[in-house]
Amino acid sequence: MTAFHNIVVVGGGGAGLRAATAIAEANPLLSVAIVSKVYPMRSHTVSAEGGAAAVIADDDSLDEHAYDTVSGGDWLVEQDAVEAFVREAPTELLRLEHQGCPWSRQPDGRIAVRAFGGMKKKRTWFAADKTGFHLLHTLFQTALSYQDIVRYDEWFVTKLLEDEGGVHGVVAVELATGRIETIIANAVIVCTGGCGRVFPFTTNANIKTGDGMALAHRAGAPLKDMEFVQYHPTGLPFTGILITEATRAEGGWLLNKDGYRYLQDYDLGRPTAEPVLRSMELGPRDRLSQAFMHEHAKGRTIETPYGPIVHLDLRHLGAHVIDTKLPFVRELCSKYQNIDPVKELIPVRPVVHYMMGGIHTDIDGATPVGGLYAAGEVACVSINGANRLGSNSLPELLVFGARAGKAAAEYVRELKTGPRSAVYAQGRDEERRLRHELGKRTEGTERIADIRTEMQTTMEEGAGIYRDGDSLDKAAVKLHELRERFDRAAIDDHSSEFNTELIALLELDFMLDIAQSIVACAGRRTESRGAHQRTDFPKRDDEHFLAHSLVHHSGRVEYLPVTITRWPPGERVYGR
Amino acid sequence: MKNTPKTITMQVTRFRPGEDEAPVVQSYEVPLRKEWAVLDGLNHIKDHLDGTLSYRWSCRMGICGSCGMTVNGKPQLSCATFLTDYAPGPVRVEPLRNFPVIRDLVVDISDFMEKLPKVKPWLIHDGEPPEGEFLQTPREMDEYKKYSMCINCMLCYSACPVYALEPEFLGPAAIALGQRYNLDSRDDGAEDRRDVLASAAGVWACTFVGECSTACPKGVDPAGAIQRYKLTAAVSALKDYLLPRGARR
Repeated sequence: MTAFHNIVVVGGGGAGLRAATAIAEANPLLSVAIVSKVYPMRSHTVSAEGGAAAVIADDDSLDEHAYDTVSGGDWLVEQDAVEAFVREAPTELLRLEHQGCPWSRQPDGRIAVRAFGGMKKKRTWFAADKTGFHLLHTLFQTALSYQDIVRYDEWFVTKLLEDEGGVHGVVAVELATGRIETIIANAVIVCTGGCGRVFPFTTNANIKTGDGMALAHRAGAPLKDMEFVQYHPTGLPFTGILITEATRAEGGWLLNKDGYRYLQDYDLGRPTAEPVLRSMELGPRDRLSQAFMHEHAKGRTIETPYGPIVHLDLRHLGAHVIDTKLPFVRELCSKYQNIDPVKELIPVRPVVHYMMGGIHTDIDGATPVGGLYAAGEVACVSINGANRLGSNSLPELLVFGARAGKAAAEYVRELKTGPRSAVYAQGRDEERRLRHELGKRTEGTERIADIRTEMQTTMEEGAGIYRDGDSLDKAAVKLHELRERFDRAAIDDHSSEFNTELIALLELDFMLDIAQSIVACAGRRTESRGAHQRTDFPKRDDEHFLAHSLVHHSGRVEYLPVTITRWPPGERVYGR
Repeated sequence: MKNTPKTITMQVTRFRPGEDEAPVVQSYEVPLRKEWAVLDGLNHIKDHLDGTLSYRWSCRMGICGSCGMTVNGKPQLSCATFLTDYAPGPVRVEPLRNFPVIRDLVVDISDFMEKLPKVKPWLIHDGEPPEGEFLQTPREMDEYKKYSMCINCMLCYSACPVYALEPEFLGPAAIALGQRYNLDSRDDGAEDRRDVLASAAGVWACTFVGECSTACPKGVDPAGAIQRYKLTAAVSALKDYLLPRGARR
């Protein structure tokens, strides 16, 4: 079977929906398809809690948002992209407001903003602590009013198709029926989000398996800065459920086993009763997660069956603040931890949360491969550099989703040639491969769950918050072994209808690629910067590494100098 | 101290099209752990006992709406329903009721996906939006806020006795989402939604059993939304009858 659209958007979360509506507005005559492995409103954008940063307050400025973002990213940041980002973020958030997003308000009806980690001003818009949920449902429901956007809900993309002219479509499996279809297009925008499931303990939903990164990588697009993996400092043990940074913005404290606000020992400022911006609990995520590791080494964390923890204390905020500003936190703690944060301490530990790295794109979401665009967490522009600031990811997916949509619409308008026969042949080959995967994997000796678990453990041990040359070498060897074992993996399920085991197999295939990219880049970056901390190279090395790593599918890694416009590299200062 | 059993039996309804003539029940023994949700039990089965079992899940924090199932007879999010609450077992896990089953615990929700756009769940504003934000006080937001919390998990449709008998019924979530915009101070679209919401398949089909609001894991109260709209629709119909066209709004 073959279908045709002008542009295919892979992924229906925040970035994908924003890209699709931007295309529809740029040129209503274009046929746009969103192909998503889940119904769009199930996408992981839904889980974002704390908020979305954009300058709106009278005492704030675009330059301050830009500086916080650049310094938060330890200068591994494209400063021209950051300038565009901070400029367009307020427009995007206002646009959502006009579409009905229930942003929390001040008593007079104006937008309210809250503090957030690493931000020097209060500039984070929020919808209580379900910001991602409201943002995604507003985008999705608004997109329903665009009748020309075609949706392929619960279709899994397995391959990008291309010829010498560039990318010309995808092959996808319809989950419900097992039908395999070649979907031809003149441009493809990848918006599939992150890859937290490569690690064992993550806030990321089950669907976050790095599909889009691997698809683009295989189609020839380099992945950028893959060694930069964000650990969020406050996840619930066992489940890994995120307890939003907004808890600390509202005044929550992090306490070690002695009830001591340990962040004061890590150059993050002095403890005060009221929260201070860019200080203590409102420091950046990389520094807070690293501080936890040091506390653990000093024996000042608390052992639990699910790893060491510290405590997040919200008790002094009182029931009113918690119920109005953080109701979801109370709900999650009650349901999943059986505690009430109004009266009890919340056990937390660092948890893999976000990929700073991703598909290498320019400021318009364009990859080096013709017709291939990317936006959102899957992409790396990079405004996040070595460490993303909390509440920058939601405006990022809007700003760059819109930019990618517009750029792709322009690209297809100017495109002179359609797909060549090679594209159709690739589609047929891929269909054959998928049928083979489904049918042949009966005799294998490996279970995919075992390989997946070993991959995750390998990544945590080898490429966690702190890494070194040895740990990364061992991880590389182990991943190579797992890749070989993957070829001998069997599946029990050989049916066509909603075969989630086949999907898990294809996802594991993608994740193994991503894991190898992360380890390859981390091994070559012999410095420490932001979320990439090498115990054998503890200093930042601007002379050699003020540059993005680009890893190609062959395994080759090269470096691309950082674009600096107005903020020369300096020291990251918090709490003083 | 009483010895707690180390495992629990999960009785899972299976249906494999082309293989099973009708749904069959398959039993699995899974570890009984304090932290484990029903979903963790299913994942244990999938990873270690039987890779052929199919079900949907994603966020495992009760916000994506994927993992609705019938657990011991009640519609539940399987990520937010804990095995220990059913000890010593067995726990019966079935697909959501009132939907066609695609496979095992996976139901076909395309009926809802087709009905949702009919209530126009987007902001309809006459004229251009303001340059800055619409002003909306917290009190004005409270008017619609709870109806905006719907995660589309379909538990309310599964619980609704009317939807079971009248597949044409728009259903609790879709009506609540229509009302979510009707009650938003920024919205002028109530007239545009009226034909659908006030139709025979709209609010008037509801017999106010209230099972939807009981089943809702997010406190949306679709039954309340429906009752409130019945009053709106009745007043509006009366105005249509009594007033000249220009005075109806």
